Amino acid sequence: MTSTDLDLTTTAVPRPATSTRGRAGSARIRFGLAVIIVYVVAAAIGPWLVRFDPVATRTQDRLKPPGSRLSDGSLAILGTDQVGQDLLAQMLQGARISIAVGLATLLLAGTIGVTVGLAAGYFGGWLDSVLMRLADIQLAFPSILLAIFIAALLGPSVVNVVIVLAVSNWVTFARVTRGQALTTRRREFVDASRTLGAGTWRLIRRCVLPACIAPVLVVATVEIGHVILAEASLSFLGLGTPASTPSWGVTIANGRNYLADAWWISTVPGIALAFLVVSLGVLGDALRDRYDPRLRSL
Amino acid sequence: MTSEPLLSVRDLRVEFSTSAGVVTAVDGASFDVRRGETVALLGESGSGKSVTAQAMLGIIPKPAGRVTGGSIEYDGRDLLALPATATRELRGREIAMVFQDPLSSLNPVFRVGAQIGEMFRKHRGASRKEARAEALELMRRVGIPAAEKRLDDYPHQFSGGMRQRVMIAMALALSPRLLIADEPTTALDVTVQAQIMDLLARLQDEEGMSLVLITHDLGVVADVADRVVLMYAGRVVEAGPIREVYEHSAHPYTAGLMGSLPAIDGPRERLTPIQGAPPDLLDLPSGCSFRPRCAFASERCADEEPVLLGAPGRPAPHSSACHHAGKVLTDAP
Repeated sequence: MTSTDLDLTTTAVPRPATSTRGRAGSARIRFGLAVIIVYVVAAAIGPWLVRFDPVATRTQDRLKPPGSRLSDGSLAILGTDQVGQDLLAQMLQGARISIAVGLATLLLAGTIGVTVGLAAGYFGGWLDSVLMRLADIQLAFPSILLAIFIAALLGPSVVNVVIVLAVSNWVTFARVTRGQALTTRRREFVDASRTLGAGTWRLIRRCVLPACIAPVLVVATVEIGHVILAEASLSFLGLGTPASTPSWGVTIANGRNYLADAWWISTVPGIALAFLVVSLGVLGDALRDRYDPRLRSL
Repeated sequence: MTSEPLLSVRDLRVEFSTSAGVVTAVDGASFDVRRGETVALLGESGSGKSVTAQAMLGIIPKPAGRVTGGSIEYDGRDLLALPATATRELRGREIAMVFQDPLSSLNPVFRVGAQIGEMFRKHRGASRKEARAEALELMRRVGIPAAEKRLDDYPHQFSGGMRQRVMIAMALALSPRLLIADEPTTALDVTVQAQIMDLLARLQDEEGMSLVLITHDLGVVADVADRVVLMYAGRVVEAGPIREVYEHSAHPYTAGLMGSLPAIDGPRERLTPIQGAPPDLLDLPSGCSFRPRCAFASERCADEEPVLLGAPGRPAPHSSACHHAGKVLTDAP
């Protein structure tokens, strides 16, 4: 049994290196994708399988450790929280919120950031100065303070959390895109395209934007982890999603008071969060290695 | 050869603002390119030959550089006076350009087949499939071996010569009437240089287009060009049919360039380089810019800027901007 296992691993490892030499980081991509698919599937169908009722309280089942039998005979795999809610059900529900907020924020911040960065980097001049000073002001302002300010102004809701986080995260995208656009627009192939009749819009779309995709992708994978964490922090501070939609941040915040007696309330969602963020980072790096044509086949 | 010129550059002036002052990169250059003709624009670095080409295509780096005077008439229309949308329409369809370094002038993130095909998709609204077929056909025409296989390769997977062929294929996609090649062989190996020049000459012949070859290498253009225009410090110093100019140089600069070339069949002699260094464009000498390096220089050269006139005693299209053209002609070996 052990010997066949060993054989499998030794034959499986060198194969991607020899047969598909150009496919950089296949293993890392598969790992990252697998983890993310597990999370997404869990978030999508989990709440259908394990019912979660945000207003239910069962005081006799409070603070049960993972693996306990509850009063109604069911098994609490990850334990229960301070009001007797099943932690697994709560986390599956929370995965929906966290992932949805992460993706929506990334999309919004990315769209704003890339547009601003392209405009500033490609056109330059006063437009560049205005946009980048705006970004500087944004950066000079502590992002969590800004988030708290906006959240307090708009009130807690999932959509508002997305807006808050997008406002505090677009600058990274804008800066990276601007830098890339600045160097790309001076490259000879942009002039070459222009001499072959390409207009401004086409030059941006076909020459400058594709050059920005690899770095933006890397930023996005770093940022999605950051955004999911930021959403958790906001919820932890009570300015994120409302208590009826328990994101991981809410759950972690709730467990804070019980860390000494019931460590699992904060720890389990914390581990889930950390694992997702790390997997996203691994996937992002591997994707960049594969889809940057200059790194390919070298 | 007496037909209306396809391209007519008149008194072109291009200035660049630098931190050290305003540089006149092109200072009153004038020349014509007739239909179906190959004109070599010769000159050393900083002579303004590339800037002239950039002005023709409207790609002078802004805001540092700008055209401050003159006209560039293409087929009766002044390119400098046309609105941006009109000149953009001309680029690619009518006038195309091949650059010096084919790696940096191809988009690194798209497959070459897609890049060539985009010309058809953009300008002719061809479908993806049609564009691909047209790209394949073009790649065969410019002599890329195993074109079907190479269609889906990226520019960095090609050798220098093959990249330049790809670039030429893109430039020729829409059968332009004027092709400008800015040092098309400078970045290539010597053996590949000859192949690319042959290719350009063959395609020019097949298409019947006009070709402007910009180069600093007299040898590269000797067999290909019909006429030569020599530039020095932003001015045209000599122009005429290539044999005529090479064999009967009427400007000391041209004569100096010829003297600095080794003769393949002649006796092995010490080469005579042109004395001095290329001029500082920020601080040009008065009168003739070549004066400090010239053996014929006189007081008149310092006072009076020479204009381009017919070379004395030579057939008509040969002109030279030198006060002592006659003397240069008779003194030449």
